[in-house]
Amino acid sequence: MAQIALATGFVLILAGLYGALTNRDILRMIVAFTIADTGVNIVLVAVGYLPGRTAPILDAAVPVAEAGQRIIDPVPQALVLTAIVIGLGITALMLAYAYRLFRLRHSLDISTFTELKW
Amino acid sequence: MIRHVVVALLVALLGIAFWTLTAGYLPDAELNRTAAYYAAHAQDEVGAPNIVTGIIVTWRGLDTLGEVTVLFLTSAVIALVLTQSKTPAGATGAGFLPSGELLTTGTRMIVPLIVLLGAYVIMNGHLTPGGGFQGGAILASGALLTLLAEPTRRFGHSVIARVESASGLTYVLVGLAGMMIAGGFLDNGILPLGRFGAMLSAGAIPLISVLIGLKVGAEFSSILESLHETEDA
Repeated sequence: MAQIALATGFVLILAGLYGALTNRDILRMIVAFTIADTGVNIVLVAVGYLPGRTAPILDAAVPVAEAGQRIIDPVPQALVLTAIVIGLGITALMLAYAYRLFRLRHSLDISTFTELKW
Repeated sequence: MIRHVVVALLVALLGIAFWTLTAGYLPDAELNRTAAYYAAHAQDEVGAPNIVTGIIVTWRGLDTLGEVTVLFLTSAVIALVLTQSKTPAGATGAGFLPSGELLTTGTRMIVPLIVLLGAYVIMNGHLTPGGGFQGGAILASGALLTLLAEPTRRFGHSVIARVESASGLTYVLVGLAGMMIAGGFLDNGILPLGRFGAMLSAGAIPLISVLIGLKVGAEFSSILESLHETEDA
């Protein structure tokens, strides 16, 4: 089970990296980065999963006394919550810069931006 | 062509590294010490059934304060980057197509429900999956729908800025109050823990959730608005 989730996350990371490196269009690169971002989140959550356990919420199904034996690791989930929010902020920043670049050259093709090329 | 081959080769190498990680991965049988501590003390220390919210709001509350600060910085930088490309004040949305009756009427029906759901998710963050960040994002999706339905509409920047700074300031003050009368910065013990599992319980967690929700909702709305106002009609 955990292996499937891990493999899915890693495949998404690889697909995102490949897309970001091969696409010429800045918007497509941003989409590729968000796919890689999703992959990282899936890997993190998958690492916190323990077989046969349930969500880290104490209720009728998970009495407090047995919580240590019944729940999965809550720390990666808290980390991923942070990562999702920051990922959204980064995506918004990338879109804002993409817009500025578009205003500059009237094109979103990365090969028209040659200032930093060597 | 050569570029694609090189990139594919590099990605394949990384894929092999990931493959060894996946193939050799064995899930833990036991919680590690940190997680076991959180599981054992969720009731007596923070009083929140949802352990993830307990970690985010109380145990690692300082990190969450840092996170909303990063979000604030993001929205400020976006506003700065886009500020020169704003449409002139007189020409707001003149060139937009009308959004259509379906969207306009649907928005009028759905936006109150979205706001209600956002408030529900924020208030129940310590009991069920949810909390300030999720609820704030839902609130901002209501703002996004409003912008889509009425492209010429402009939210008051000053209102959003005021909501954001007021909630951020109160958040820090609640944290300082924790240092004064409870166990430390952002300790939720400044209010009584209450009955485990009740709506108003877990000390200051519902209060901090509301503050985070308002702040995140305001920040996301301001990001959306900055992006929206750039459209050169």
